Amino acid sequence: MNLSILVLILPFLTFVGLAFFGKRLSGITAGIIGSISTGIISLIAAFIAFNYWVMSDGKSTMILFNFPWLTFNEHLAINMGLLLDSLSIMMVAVVTFVSFMVHLYSIEYLKGEERYGSYFAYLSLFTFSMLGLVLSVNIFQIYVFWELVGVSSFLLIGFYYQRPSAVAAAKKAFIVTRFADLGFLVGILILSFEAKTLDIPMLIERLSSPDTLTSGNIKMHMVGGLSVISIAMFLIFIGGAGKSAMFPLHIWLPDAMEGPTPVSALIHAATMVVAGVYLVARLFPVYFVLTPEVLHIISWVGIISALLAALIACTQTDIKRVLAYSTISQIGYMMFSLGITAYSHGETLGYTASLFHLFTHAFFKALLFLAAGVIIHAVHSNEVAQMGGLRKSLPTTHIAFLLATLAISGIPPLSGFFSKEAILTATHHANPVIFWLAVIGSSLTTFYMFRLYYLIFWNKPAEHHRHHEHALFSIPLIILTLGTLLNGFIPFGQFISVGLEKVQISFELGMAAVPVGGSLLAILLATLWYAKSTSYPDKFVSLLKNFYRWTYRKFYFDELYQFVTHKIIFNLIGRPIAWFDRNIVDGTMNAMAWGSMYFSQAIKRIQSGNVQSYTMYFLGGVIILLSILLYAYGYNLIN
Amino acid sequence: MTLEQILFYTISGLVLFFAFMVIVCRRIFRSAIYLLFSLLGIAALYFMMDVEFIAAIQIIVYVGGIVVLIIFSIFLTHQVGEKMPKKLIKRIVPALILSLAGFLLTIDMLAHHNFNTGINPEKFNPTVENIGHQLLDYKNYGYVLPFEIISFLLLAALIGSIVIAIRPKQQQAKN
Amino acid sequence: MEGIPLLHILILSTALFFIGIYGFFTRRNLITMLISIELILNSVNINFVAFNKYLYPQQLEGIFFNIFIIAIAAAEVSLAIAIIINLYRKFNTIDIEDTNTMKH
Repeated sequence: MNLSILVLILPFLTFVGLAFFGKRLSGITAGIIGSISTGIISLIAAFIAFNYWVMSDGKSTMILFNFPWLTFNEHLAINMGLLLDSLSIMMVAVVTFVSFMVHLYSIEYLKGEERYGSYFAYLSLFTFSMLGLVLSVNIFQIYVFWELVGVSSFLLIGFYYQRPSAVAAAKKAFIVTRFADLGFLVGILILSFEAKTLDIPMLIERLSSPDTLTSGNIKMHMVGGLSVISIAMFLIFIGGAGKSAMFPLHIWLPDAMEGPTPVSALIHAATMVVAGVYLVARLFPVYFVLTPEVLHIISWVGIISALLAALIACTQTDIKRVLAYSTISQIGYMMFSLGITAYSHGETLGYTASLFHLFTHAFFKALLFLAAGVIIHAVHSNEVAQMGGLRKSLPTTHIAFLLATLAISGIPPLSGFFSKEAILTATHHANPVIFWLAVIGSSLTTFYMFRLYYLIFWNKPAEHHRHHEHALFSIPLIILTLGTLLNGFIPFGQFISVGLEKVQISFELGMAAVPVGGSLLAILLATLWYAKSTSYPDKFVSLLKNFYRWTYRKFYFDELYQFVTHKIIFNLIGRPIAWFDRNIVDGTMNAMAWGSMYFSQAIKRIQSGNVQSYTMYFLGGVIILLSILLYAYGYNLIN
Repeated sequence: MTLEQILFYTISGLVLFFAFMVIVCRRIFRSAIYLLFSLLGIAALYFMMDVEFIAAIQIIVYVGGIVVLIIFSIFLTHQVGEKMPKKLIKRIVPALILSLAGFLLTIDMLAHHNFNTGINPEKFNPTVENIGHQLLDYKNYGYVLPFEIISFLLLAALIGSIVIAIRPKQQQAKN
Repeated sequence: MEGIPLLHILILSTALFFIGIYGFFTRRNLITMLISIELILNSVNINFVAFNKYLYPQQLEGIFFNIFIIAIAAAEVSLAIAIIINLYRKFNTIDIEDTNTMKH
C-alpha cells in the first residue's frame, strides 16, 4: 500500500520535468513520457484497488504518511497525508484511468502544436492535483489541491491563448470557481472552530457519531435559528457547487470548452467537475447526521441544474457546448442523488447511486468528448451545421458515440442505465416530486443526445469519403466503449456505501419502465425530427418562439452576471472605491509627499555645508538647553 | 587699589582690546600681529599668577611658534596688505546675538556660583622642579603616560602635516 | 594676586572666549578662523591656571592641562595650516564661502 505515494510523486515529477525540459523534446516525446507516467500510475491504482477490494475486505480506512504540516495549537493542526478508503480508491482508479486514456489520445490530437511540452506538463499537473485532492486526509489539504486543480484547469482552458475567447473563458472559469472557493474557505474556518479539527476521519467521527454528539463535546452555536455547522457545511457546498458548475454558478463550464477537446474530456467532464460531488460525498456522514437541511438545498440545486442544463442543451448547436450542458445536467443528477438521502428516512442508497453514476458517467462522458474531438479534428468546426452524414466516414467513432449516447440515455444494458436507475430508485423512495422531475430530465437528456447524434452522423446523405481515424484515437475510444458497455455490471453497492454494511442495488421492473419508456419515446421523437432533415423542429420552434429564444440564450444567465458584475458591482461599488482610492488614499500619500518635499526644500538651507553655520546651530542649541535647565532647576543646578 | 590690581585690570583690558582687534581688523597680517600682542598679555597674566613656567611656554610656543607659523601661512596664501572682503551681515547678526547671549548666560551662572576660595591654606607652589617631578613621575599621580602620548601626537601631527602639504607628484611635474 | 577675586579672572576668560566665538562665526578666511580658535584655547588655559591657583593650590593638574593644551594647539595649528595650504592650491582661495564642495 505504500506504493500509493507513487501515484502522487510520478505525475509531479513528470510535471516538473516537462515544465523545464518540455520545449527541448522533439516530436511527440513529451506526450509519450506523460502517457507512460500516467500509464504506470493507472496500473498502480488498479493494483491498489485490487488489493483493497479483492485481497482484503474493502471496508478499512487507511491513513498513510500523515505528518503535521501546520500546527495552530494543541487542538488544531493541519496534516498532510494520504487517506485510502473505498471512496478515494474508486476516485483514484477513475482519475488515473481516464487521465491515461486522455494522455494517449492527446499524443496524436495535439501533434504539431507549438506548446506541446507545456500541454503535457499541465496535464500532469492536473493529474497530480486531482489525485492529491481525492487522497487528502485533511479538509485543508483538499482545499490546497482544490486550488491547484483550479489553476491547472485555468492553464488548460487558456491553452490557445492567442484566441481572446479562450483567455476570457479561462478568466471566467477561474474567477467564478475562485468566488465559490471563498465560501469553501470560510466554511472550513468555521468548521475548524466548531469541531476543533480538520482531519476528515476525526471530523466525521466527532460530528456524526451519536455518542460524541450527545455527550455535548461539540457545542452547537446558533446564528439566526441555524446552527453554525449548518452554515459552514452550506458554505463548503458552495465551493463544491462552484467547481461542479451547479446552478447558479454553472456559467463557466460551457465557456471552458475553449480548451483543447481532450482537456474537456478529462477535466470538464470526467474528473475535476465531479470534485464537488466528491467533496459532498467525503463529508457525507456529517451532512447526513448533523445538517440534513443542507442536503435538502443540495437536492434542489441538483435537480434545478439538471433540468435547466438539459433544456439549454436541446437548443445549442456547438457540439462541445451540448456536451458541456449535458455534463452539468448529469452532475446535477449526482448532486440531488446525494441530497435526497435527507428525505429517505435513514436510507443511504442515494449516496451509492450518486457515486455509481459518477463512475459510469466518467467513462461515457469522456468517451463522448473524445469522439467529439475526432469529429472536430475531421470537420475542423464545432458547429453541428458543418457536420451530418458522417456515419460512413468515421465508423469507429460512430459506433462509440452511439453506444455512449445510449448509455447516457439510460438504455439497458449499458452502464448509464444501471447508475441512473439506482438514482431514480433512491429518489422515488425519498421524494416523488424530484423523482418525476428527474424522469423528465432523463427524457430530455435522451432527446438532446440523440438530436446531437443524428445531426452529426445522419441528417445529410452519408459521405463516402473515409476520414482517417488514427490508432491513437481509436484505441482510447474502444477501451472507453468497453468500459461503457461493462461498467454497469459491477456490483457497485458491494464496494461503496456509507457505513460498513453493503448496499444491494435492486431493480424493480415497474420502476425501470417509466424512465426507459420516456427515453424510448424521446429517441423516437429525435429520430422523426432529425434522422433526416425535416421541418418539424422549425415548426416546433416557431410554436414556442419566446421560450426557445430564452433557452437558446441560456436563460440569459451570462447577461445577468454581466449586468450584476459590470453595472452593479463595477458602478456602484468599484467606481466609488476607485474614486476613493485615487483621490483620498492616493491624495493622502501625495499630500504627504508634497508636504515633505516642501518641508525639505525649506530646511535644505540648514544643511549648508558651511562649518560656521553648523557651529552656530550647536552653540544656539547649547544656550537654549542650558537656559531651559537653568529655568527648570534654578541655580541649584550649578551649586 | 593696589598696584597689583591696577596692573591686572590694565593687562586684562589690553588683552581684550587686542583680541577684539584680532577679529575685527580687515588686514589679515595685522590681525596676526594683534593676536601676538594678545597672547603676550596673557603670558603677562600668567606671570602675575605665579606660573612663570607656563608664561615661558606661552611665549615660546605660542608667540614664537604658532603665531610665526600662522604668519608664514599668511605669506603663502595672501597678497599681504590687501584688505579682506567684508563680513557677511547674514553671519554678523546671528553671531552677535549668540555670542552675547552665551556671554551673558555664562556671566550670570558665574555670578550665582559660590566659589570656595581660600579654604585651602596651602601655598600654591608651581616651581619648575615640582612640575618636572610630577610630570615625569610614573607613580604618585605622575603624568608620564599623557606626556608620552602627547609626544606621539606631536610626532604624528608633524608627519601628517608634511604628508598633507606635500605636492602630489604629477602636479609637481606640471608646474 | 590676593586682591583680585577669581570671578574677575573668569569674566576675562569668558569675554575672551566669546570674542573668539564671534570671530569664528563671522570671519570668512580660514586662517583668521584659526586665529579665533587660538583665542578660545587661550581663554580655556587661563581658566585652568586660575582654578588651580585659587581652588586647589596644593595640586598642579591645571598646569599640566595647560601644557597639554598648548602642545595639542601646536599640533592642531600645524595640521590646519597644512590643510589650508592644500586647499589654497586646489581652489586658489581660502574663503570659506567658496569652499563648500564637501557638502555635495
